[in-house]
Amino acid sequence: MAKKLLMKGNEALAEAAIRAGVKGYFGYPITPQSELLEYMATNLEARGGVFVQAESEVAAINMVYGASGTGKRVMTSTSSPGYSLMQEGISYMACAELPCLLVNVVRGGPGLGTIQPSQGDYFQAVKGGGHGDYKLIVLAPNSVQEMANFTFLGFDLADKYRLPVLILADGALGQMMESVEFPEYNPEEHLVDHSAWATTGRVDGRPQNYITSLHLLSEKMEEINVHLQNKYKEIQKNETRCETINTNDADLLIVSFGLSARSSQKAMELSREEGMKVGLIRPITVFPFPSDIINELSKKAKGVLVVEMNAGQMVEDVRLSIKNDTPVAFYGRMGGMIPQPDDIVNELKKIKD
Amino acid sequence: MNEELIVAGFGGQGVLSMGMTLAYAGMVEDKQVAWIPSYGPEMRGGTANCTVIVSDTNVSSPIISSYDTAIVLNQPSLEKFEPKVKPGGILIYESNNILNPPKRTDIEVYSIPANVEADKIGNKKTMNMIILGAFLSKKPLVSKESIMEGLSKVLPERNHHLLPINEKALKHGMALIN
Amino acid sequence: MSTAEGITCENLDQMETIFERTHILHETPTSYCPGCGHSVVHRLIMEVVEELDILGDTIGVAPVGCSVFAYNFMNVDMQQAAHGRATAVATGIKRVLPNKIVFTYQGDGDLAAIGTAETIHTINRGENIVIIFINNGIYGMTGGQMAPTTLEGDVTSTTPDGRDIFRQGHPIKISEMIAILDGAYYVTRQAVNSAKTVRKCKKALKQAFQNQLDGKGGTNYVEIVSNCPSGWKMTPIASNEKINQEILDYYPLGDLKLPPKEA
Repeated sequence: MAKKLLMKGNEALAEAAIRAGVKGYFGYPITPQSELLEYMATNLEARGGVFVQAESEVAAINMVYGASGTGKRVMTSTSSPGYSLMQEGISYMACAELPCLLVNVVRGGPGLGTIQPSQGDYFQAVKGGGHGDYKLIVLAPNSVQEMANFTFLGFDLADKYRLPVLILADGALGQMMESVEFPEYNPEEHLVDHSAWATTGRVDGRPQNYITSLHLLSEKMEEINVHLQNKYKEIQKNETRCETINTNDADLLIVSFGLSARSSQKAMELSREEGMKVGLIRPITVFPFPSDIINELSKKAKGVLVVEMNAGQMVEDVRLSIKNDTPVAFYGRMGGMIPQPDDIVNELKKIKD
Repeated sequence: MNEELIVAGFGGQGVLSMGMTLAYAGMVEDKQVAWIPSYGPEMRGGTANCTVIVSDTNVSSPIISSYDTAIVLNQPSLEKFEPKVKPGGILIYESNNILNPPKRTDIEVYSIPANVEADKIGNKKTMNMIILGAFLSKKPLVSKESIMEGLSKVLPERNHHLLPINEKALKHGMALIN
Repeated sequence: MSTAEGITCENLDQMETIFERTHILHETPTSYCPGCGHSVVHRLIMEVVEELDILGDTIGVAPVGCSVFAYNFMNVDMQQAAHGRATAVATGIKRVLPNKIVFTYQGDGDLAAIGTAETIHTINRGENIVIIFINNGIYGMTGGQMAPTTLEGDVTSTTPDGRDIFRQGHPIKISEMIAILDGAYYVTRQAVNSAKTVRKCKKALKQAFQNQLDGKGGTNYVEIVSNCPSGWKMTPIASNEKINQEILDYYPLGDLKLPPKEA
């Protein structure tokens, strides 16, 4: 049994990344993710990687681009305004099929907003975020333990499919401490051989490798797009992840991800104490989205309540998923406020009849 | 057992470290724990609070709106969190920092002159351990030994020479109520 | 040039080779306009890579600009970078592969406008890379707009009445700015508008790569004043004369920072 540690979510994620064999971390300070950057600054170089504090998030994501282009495991982390700045680079990486791990410890927006937790970057995360048709794999942890677990998973998926994988957290998950156990993980057993495309110099005169996202011929660019879309379909088929709790007998369903799923779980427990048959669906990957299971479970439900820390973003994906008449309601808080379990119970009562 | 507790006061009073010590102690005893800070742009002097959950079962939501116990170290925190103590719950406050004491009668209220007591111990900064000791005498969630193990994790090693005086403060606090 | 009488294809193999195009250039014509300096600089860089025998270690970065397709001409491993971000990309490469030889190939819009922050901070960190800066005073790829280095009075598609320093600012002396950074190891300004300047330019490039190879501290930076016959709406010859007659007065050639003398 691995040793239990009490860590902040940001620190647990950083520690997991080092254990996953990250070779380069490039970042810029922003609350509420700075502990991640600081943990890397303190620990990464002694444990086999390099750390660079970039001059901006723009520079940071481009350092990630360059380092990823050598085939190494690399990452960056930021919070909402910084993540917006990174979009151009992420779009380039999606097109050039460069793997990396991205972390957005979301804070309330729009604008400079607040440093308190939010899920207001959901659309940006799951619809691509930058210009052009592309997707990331987006993992939504809801505990410090998952901040760690999804870091290992994220690197593996990024390497497997050659694309950036995003961990979509929030300020509270980054700042809170819970106990965490790190799984046994030997990076050597997980690393993928990228030598066929990585730019490392033409070792022994091998043919040139180059990395680009520029294809001026429309026919070629369409071909690249078709290839990317096929990859995303493959990811939808293979990598959709979702947790369901008490859904077997449920006639009311909550759909919620990340931190708000914790409040929702408590609300489910409280409402079950009052005799309501409430179940919880928690998307773990928000792209790919677990549409099928939501549609399936909604068939026997009287109503679905989507709970988010935003003005209603994932609720759109839930509505697109449900292909029957089950009504979908929404409860959200914004600007750094977190839905409280009692309030969620009240919302459930509104839709139960 | 499922204890949901808030510690609140000014930055610099040891609010966050008190909560963190308790969370560590819970983990040492194999309980499920969560520690959630409020965090703000001010490093010092602003208001600070943290929620601590110590439970025998999984912590479903770390986000809670009412508390089994509130430990408050200044007036703004008292005003904010007195109404959020569950009926039958506990409110402990640092008496020197409170001008208008709590009024609720459906909860147990304890006034601890922790600043004065810390002076008696000989180190003002042990005020938070005195309060924590007082709380643990009412609700022995974890043992004194676990608290000290937790504190040794929370205190940076360069400050480990302060562990004995903190232990003294903890014991002193435990003896203050009753 | 005299006519080489009596030489036929049959006896070519009996001739002595006195110049050969380096094989580290792709066997293809470049897409640059006739007379453009890019082709010359590409050749010089690849000759340096060949002469220093670093093909297996060299990774280039070319961002947005006319040279965005540089990987189609320079047959070394390359990464195409976003506009302005070449030195950040190069930083990422060099940090995870510190024993490799990394260079960027950037235009004036890229290095001295949109990428100014990356340029300055990369050099301020003293990243041990080679930055090659092609200063031709115009945005060639997008059709001849004003660059940060466009001279006062010069007409471009966005300065139709000529660059007015009170409205469009001054031609930026970015290399002089860079030379004062402690992270800069070698800063020089060269040109490729004559056989003589081409030879000196190659020497400077070779020095810059050699410095990186030697692992000496700091960034090696070579500005190359070049031409843009199409953008300047001039013949190649006239454009090279403009460099001599106008541009080098404002951007004088020579070393702006030399490595400290070894003890």
